[in-house]
Amino acid sequence: MADFLRFRDDAPHEEPAVTLDSFFEQGHASAVRIEPGDDARRLIPHLDRLELIEVAFERFRDGRGYSTARILRESGYTGELRAAGDVLVDQIVHMRRCGFDSFAPWAPLDEAVVKAALDRYDFVYQPAPDGQVPVWKLRHG
Amino acid sequence: MYQYDRYDQAIVDARVDEFRDQTSRRLAGDITEDQFKPLRLKNGLYLQLHAYMLRVAIPYGTLNSRQMRMLGHIARTHDRGYGHFTTRQNIQFHWIKLAEAPDILAKLATVEMHCIQTSGESIRNISADQFAGAAADEIADPRPWAELLRQWFTFHAEFSYLPRKFKFALTAADTDRAAIRLHDIGLKLVKNAAGEMGFEVYVGGGMGRTPFVAPLIRDFVPTSQFLTYCEAALRVWNRYGRRDNIHKQRIKILVHDLGAEEFTRQVEAEFAELLKLNMDPPPEELARIARYFIPPPFEQALDDRLDRSDPDFALWVDQNVHTHKQPGYAIATISLKTVGEIPGDISADQIDLVADLAERYSFDELRVTHAQNLVLPHVRKQDLYTIWQTLRDAGLAVATLDLIGDIIACPGLDYCSLANARSIPVAQKIAARFADHERQLELGELKVKISGCINACGHHHAGHIGILGVDRKGTENYQLLLGGSGAEDASLGKITGPGFDEDGVVDAVEKVTDLYKALRTDGERFLDTYRRVGMEPFKEAIYG
Repeated sequence: MADFLRFRDDAPHEEPAVTLDSFFEQGHASAVRIEPGDDARRLIPHLDRLELIEVAFERFRDGRGYSTARILRESGYTGELRAAGDVLVDQIVHMRRCGFDSFAPWAPLDEAVVKAALDRYDFVYQPAPDGQVPVWKLRHG
Repeated sequence: MYQYDRYDQAIVDARVDEFRDQTSRRLAGDITEDQFKPLRLKNGLYLQLHAYMLRVAIPYGTLNSRQMRMLGHIARTHDRGYGHFTTRQNIQFHWIKLAEAPDILAKLATVEMHCIQTSGESIRNISADQFAGAAADEIADPRPWAELLRQWFTFHAEFSYLPRKFKFALTAADTDRAAIRLHDIGLKLVKNAAGEMGFEVYVGGGMGRTPFVAPLIRDFVPTSQFLTYCEAALRVWNRYGRRDNIHKQRIKILVHDLGAEEFTRQVEAEFAELLKLNMDPPPEELARIARYFIPPPFEQALDDRLDRSDPDFALWVDQNVHTHKQPGYAIATISLKTVGEIPGDISADQIDLVADLAERYSFDELRVTHAQNLVLPHVRKQDLYTIWQTLRDAGLAVATLDLIGDIIACPGLDYCSLANARSIPVAQKIAARFADHERQLELGELKVKISGCINACGHHHAGHIGILGVDRKGTENYQLLLGGSGAEDASLGKITGPGFDEDGVVDAVEKVTDLYKALRTDGERFLDTYRRVGMEPFKEAIYG
């Protein structure tokens, strides 16, 4: 069972993530934590100095963090994007598509089930930050 | 109609495998019921009063005979020999065992069907005008865009945990048969001054506890950008819709709270951002899909006349047959509103019979309507009499389309765990009270819609006459509403006053129709009389 999952080759970032407000007060943090109600677009001017953005999931059914992730990736963020909190195995596939590349779930995940889930779908219908080619592109070469 | 290619098939097959895995993890106790619930709901599996209910998607209400026969097989093998067509153009089975659900999905996948996103907080089955591709009054067949929408919003990762459910409807005609303004997003295909196709976009309609008619937020979005536009609206809602109160989480509440103008501003800002990503599929993809919707090989120069010498047949033609865009052809609606039966219910044998008719007489195509009826969309006029005879012998030639007998009703407390009152007996009693066909014809177009709770699955807000079942101190009580419409003149019904018991509400409906007959001017529908004279005279007739 895994209590931390990472899909990046670089070393995990050590600095603790600060709140969005602290990030703007301190002005030098390289890791920030976004709560479900925070507007991720406030970070856009600062993305190049961030190495870790942690997106909090207080309840797995609260899906605001998925939009947060896509907005950050679509704005060019390439650092670690971590889903933290009530993260369940059946959410991982969608989270990966939205650009999350690390996971800090409250309850450990069964790695075999995670792997099976990630391998299950060979095709997708939409473009997303994970870079998978949507089927309409495959259809038309 | 659309056919899966290997990509579509692989995605649906993978979903069967995924759901089998999720179900076995649930049965083994590896995940809790709380964790499993949203997973099964996103696959159309509800736990109801007596058993599991499985809802099968019928995209934009179009299906072929092979799919129809599979529904018959499922009714026979996994249910109690019948199914129930719903107001979202879907079918549901009410007596399903959890352990059999994955096998049912596997069977559905063999005929290009699935239960993906037919419930739960997800983007539901795309609904559309049931006469699409056949109607004389449409500017184009809207279904290629409906199929584009279906694919785009299937397993859309960003919107996998929306605040609540989300419903699209499309039409391409001025006569709105899809109730688009009572949907989360309603799309009407239009042409601009330059002759280009685009959509009028209505956002924030809906029924339920807090009904709204959707405002128009864009009068023209080019078809080449409409997916991005819809995505922008969904993103604004996903980010800013309420999540603290399940009754206030639909997009209609956000549109109402912000006001249509501010909501529109936010959607336009998001749209501008998303356009930079250039996401909409290229025109070739629309063209690929549209090829599946080219008109069937109609015979030319068919006789456009009809032998109406059998008076019962003539009655059915007058009520249930609509004008087709191709001369010599007609659109025939099969009513599932037989007196004494449950609205929308159909037996496995009837399913097979309708499948045969579609295969033989309608280019293998069938439609499901949001009024819980079926349609043979492309039949030769010269075959109508034979079709009618076959339907009559099967108890399916009810000639009450859009009359008071054509009642929409949800399953209600007979099946549903959310319901406060039964809907079916009320529908049956009204149908029996007005069983005389002459009397129905005399009342003309009159849409009665019955819901067994405020969630409004029976569309009571949109009924010319609506009935809402509530629980009053432990007994079933029925409120009466007048003046609703789900058509192009969309409006919400108003409650007449104190509620009634089951027989009382049937009496009240009769008082309303009696007064209508006394007040109407020549050719005036009930709805128009109500709009002209207002609620007061009706109140007096009911309670006075």
